[in-house]
Amino acid sequence: MLPAAAEKIEQGNSLWLDSWLRLRKNHLAVFGLGALVAIGLACLVGPWLSTHGYEEQNLELGAAGPSRAHWLGTDTLGRDLLVRLLTGGRVSLGVGLAATFVALTIGVVFGAVAGFFGGKLDIIMMRTVDIMYSLPFMVFVILLMVFFGRNIILLFVAIGAVEWLTMARIVRSQVMATKRMEFIEAARSLGFGRRRIIFRHILPNILGPIIVYTTLTIPGVMLLEAFLSFLGLGVQPPMSSWGVLIKDGAEKMEEYSWLLIFPGAMFSLTLFSLNFLGDGLRDALDVRSSKD
Amino acid sequence: MLRFITSRLLQSLLALFLVITATFFMIRFVPGGPFTAEKAVTPEILRNLEAHYGLDKPLWRQYLDYLGRLGHGDLGPSFKYPNRTVNEIIADKVPVSAELGLLSLGVALIIGITLGTFAAIRRNSWIDYLASTVGMTGISIPSFVVGPLLVLGLAIHAGWFNASGWYGPADRVLPCLVLGFAYAAPISRLTRGGLLEVLNQDFIRTARAKGASEFRVITRHALRGGLLPVVSFLGPAVAGILTGSFVIETIFQIPGIGREFVNSATNRDYTLVLGTVILYAVLIMALNLVVDILQAWLNPKVRLET
Repeated sequence: MLPAAAEKIEQGNSLWLDSWLRLRKNHLAVFGLGALVAIGLACLVGPWLSTHGYEEQNLELGAAGPSRAHWLGTDTLGRDLLVRLLTGGRVSLGVGLAATFVALTIGVVFGAVAGFFGGKLDIIMMRTVDIMYSLPFMVFVILLMVFFGRNIILLFVAIGAVEWLTMARIVRSQVMATKRMEFIEAARSLGFGRRRIIFRHILPNILGPIIVYTTLTIPGVMLLEAFLSFLGLGVQPPMSSWGVLIKDGAEKMEEYSWLLIFPGAMFSLTLFSLNFLGDGLRDALDVRSSKD
Repeated sequence: MLRFITSRLLQSLLALFLVITATFFMIRFVPGGPFTAEKAVTPEILRNLEAHYGLDKPLWRQYLDYLGRLGHGDLGPSFKYPNRTVNEIIADKVPVSAELGLLSLGVALIIGITLGTFAAIRRNSWIDYLASTVGMTGISIPSFVVGPLLVLGLAIHAGWFNASGWYGPADRVLPCLVLGFAYAAPISRLTRGGLLEVLNQDFIRTARAKGASEFRVITRHALRGGLLPVVSFLGPAVAGILTGSFVIETIFQIPGIGREFVNSATNRDYTLVLGTVILYAVLIMALNLVVDILQAWLNPKVRLET
């Protein structure tokens, strides 16, 4: 008979719990996560809590440095910078998430199909990706934005269209690797249809790299949006985003340096946090990575 | 090997053709033409202008004409700058951007490879952490934030450099630093990774056992293999420097082709936009082709197959 102590069934940890525990040990990643949550909350809720309106101008005051009434100062029209920063944050983060979502959807579908079916279809699809990869996409995005108007939906689509390529490649290679595993063979011999196998068996198992890459795509997307806004081609006034704020700040930085420093710092902090978090996730989720 | 080159070449030509066609039609379908932006022009003058530039012909006719002229290397007249051809304008501005690009690439490679090499040799030392911090910073703080900040600090407050312009050699420093720094980061990471892998191999141990100095081991033996990832990154790096130049040229008021591109797009100067897009497309594709071939050649497995 087994000794009584062995009767207690050992609770193993799931992959996710394991990864979470590992992530927690990475201080930079935790910091990044915390900072992101704080920034997200601030941008979401902050503007409602402030006494100043986002569009409220105070032409007598003009541009003033940080003070008790305006914690981050005001811009040349007397608008409170803190509120504008948080509202702009909503746009920047929103565009970041939306465009990443577009890239994610297209990339995953494309990559999964190419990886799963293989053969001729795969070759054609990957050639397309290769050709598109070699095109100067930024140039096209700029053209699109200039010519077809400064529509914010178009902005999501244009940016998403640039970023999906790498996602597709990653998904494809992951799918191809998973496809060969025995449990897929088992599923197939049980008679499961192809769509079911892809969505219920393969995809959940490659969620790890997908999550990591998504977290790392968001800063890229935000960078693109800010880049376009800096050139005057992204978000249009009266809407503002961090890119627009940085652009304004850069123009006026000689006399009103805070107009550049605060948006710049906020933007950089967000990107830092996303990058740290993404790196941390990559280390935490990759079961086989060696700590070099 | 030859087959590989030919197929890649054909692919690139196809892509180039697609780019030209797509851009041509995209521009033509935009509301407003090159002449409607500024002063209001009377209908007769508008018609004369259009006839002069061939804009009144049917679309497919314009397209064929354009392709024909392209075959002769003629990119057409500029619409916004009367009496100047696109070829002239490009010839004027490209050397400036080329200088900016090459210098920035140089900065990126020098800083990146040096930092990466030291980080690999002295793992987990302060140099290693410095390198990864530089890496993080380069990725997270965009050039259009670093640029104005540097201008604010070094040019306006300290007065060491001009805030803008491209006149003397001192004017090269800030723009190339800013543009290059962003790419030094990934390059240093790649160098570090590549070198770490190579340094574990047996032939390095042999070289050391034979008494080669550490310096010689690194430079003559390890770097050759360790730099492979950097070579494959060169393609995206140059493409990135190219697009980064739009912003840098705007910030520092550099008379290059990047700034011209953005302006011409806003001004709807059809031929100039088209010409610039073609230039970029050719450049990037040629570069990717070269990098691919270089990679295939450097990889002994591929080379020995042929």
